[in-house]
Amino acid sequence: MKARAAALARLALATLLVTALPRAVSQAPGEPPAGKQSGYAWMARETRAIQDDALANPGMLSVLDGEALWARKAGTAGLACADCHGDARLSMKGVATRFPAFDARLGRPLNLEQRINACRTERQAAPALRYESRDLLALTAYVARQSHGLPIAPPADARLRPHVEAGRAEYLRRQGQLNLSCAQCHDGLADRKLVGNPITQGHPTGYPIYRLEWQAVGSLQRRLRNCMAGVRAEPHPYGAAEAVNLEAYLMWRARGMPLETPAVRP
Amino acid sequence: MLRASTTAAMLLCASLAAAQPAPGYTVTGDAIAEPLGGLRGDAQRGRAIVLDRRTGLCLLCHSGPFPEERFQGDLAPDLKGAGARWSEGQLRLRMVDSARLNPNTLMPSYYRTTDLTRVAAAFRDKPVLSAAQIEDVIAFLMTLKD
Ligand code: HEC
Ligand code: HEC
Repeated sequence: MKARAAALARLALATLLVTALPRAVSQAPGEPPAGKQSGYAWMARETRAIQDDALANPGMLSVLDGEALWARKAGTAGLACADCHGDARLSMKGVATRFPAFDARLGRPLNLEQRINACRTERQAAPALRYESRDLLALTAYVARQSHGLPIAPPADARLRPHVEAGRAEYLRRQGQLNLSCAQCHDGLADRKLVGNPITQGHPTGYPIYRLEWQAVGSLQRRLRNCMAGVRAEPHPYGAAEAVNLEAYLMWRARGMPLETPAVRP
Repeated sequence: MLRASTTAAMLLCASLAAAQPAPGYTVTGDAIAEPLGGLRGDAQRGRAIVLDRRTGLCLLCHSGPFPEERFQGDLAPDLKGAGARWSEGQLRLRMVDSARLNPNTLMPSYYRTTDLTRVAAAFRDKPVLSAAQIEDVIAFLMTLKD
């Protein structure tokens, strides 16, 4: 009897939570939604609990790997990240909130993975790490973890602006055989269901994430490739300029939202 | 030798099939009156296409009178009663090129291969469904009377 009452109470709470979710608010095309909500807001209670518990969150294994790599010498220069940057808890705090950032020497924006690889090739004289490799995800997760809870703060850099605009144009453009745009799903249909799965506002707040469907950690680029494959569009190669522009736009769109790395997603 | 000639025959068949143009159609008002390629649809096959999440994709967005299907979309009108709301010709245009009726629609143009951007290589120059599949789906939708 008591168990049943408790179950009913839980059900009522769950219903409340569901109805309390943000409704998609009408907005100008390409402008961020009025009430910005991370994908976390749509997750089941159990999934949130996994993300919130550093001991249960499988993404934290990647962060720990990254911590070890940070201190390990690599390449012919014989340097570790720590040799130049010291204690990541101090030197890397807030860094992930400002990426992608414009690289003056290369004349284009780099995302966090590319920045890490630039340090590897130029300073450590080590081979670049492959996209989605365990080590690149680990270092990225470790660096981004140092910004956990800090608001996304894209740099007010005029050189970045055309890239953000190009990313916005891509976000608004229909693509693929199914001819759908990112905006149609993540602005127009956030909070509705695609085959029973809630569509969220599509904010890049938790990357690299541990995705239950992948049973693995993955980058934002991988997530974007999934969405493109879903509409039967040609996914951008990892790290392609268009994909980095899209990242820059998504970070601009999510500005002010706290970073959750490593987030867990269904 | 035998193997080489069958491969050649298969290649030839493939290129013949590829060269065959998809049947055209004429839009009148908000409908396409004539079946695509003069084909006659089969409602049973059409039902299978509508339920198949990789072929028809309909239930990604729509729900319908399919109590056995657990996960259905809530992005589009329920397919229940589609055959009562619309004529066969109206359903045909809605399948073939819904964007012609509503440029902002979410409903994919199932028979359109032009004016698309960055289509993945595996799907390039191919409609989502063939003329025959579309006629099957229409035959099935026409059975959804209430
Ligand atoms: C047909 C619908 C659809 C389209 C079109 C689409 N997505 Fe998604 N997207 C989803 C679904 C479903 C998910 C998984 C649930 C969620 O997080 O929204 C998702 C997830 C995401 C996420 C992860 C959010 C998180 O919390 O981790 C991002 C970022 C994203 N999409 C961006 C994009 C971009 C950029 C495009 C265009 C290139 C795009 N999406 C196109 C349906 C779509
Ligand atoms: C990506 C989403 C999506 C997919 C996939 C999709 N539809 Fe639709 N469909 C819609 C939307 C949204 C509408 C509403 C009309 C509009 O907005 O222009 C619609 C309208 C319709 C209509 C006319 C509306 C009515 O009253 O019933 C029919 C019939 C229809 N769809 C059938 C199908 C069939 C059959 C399939 C699969 C072969 C399918 N749709 C796949 C989104 C979709």
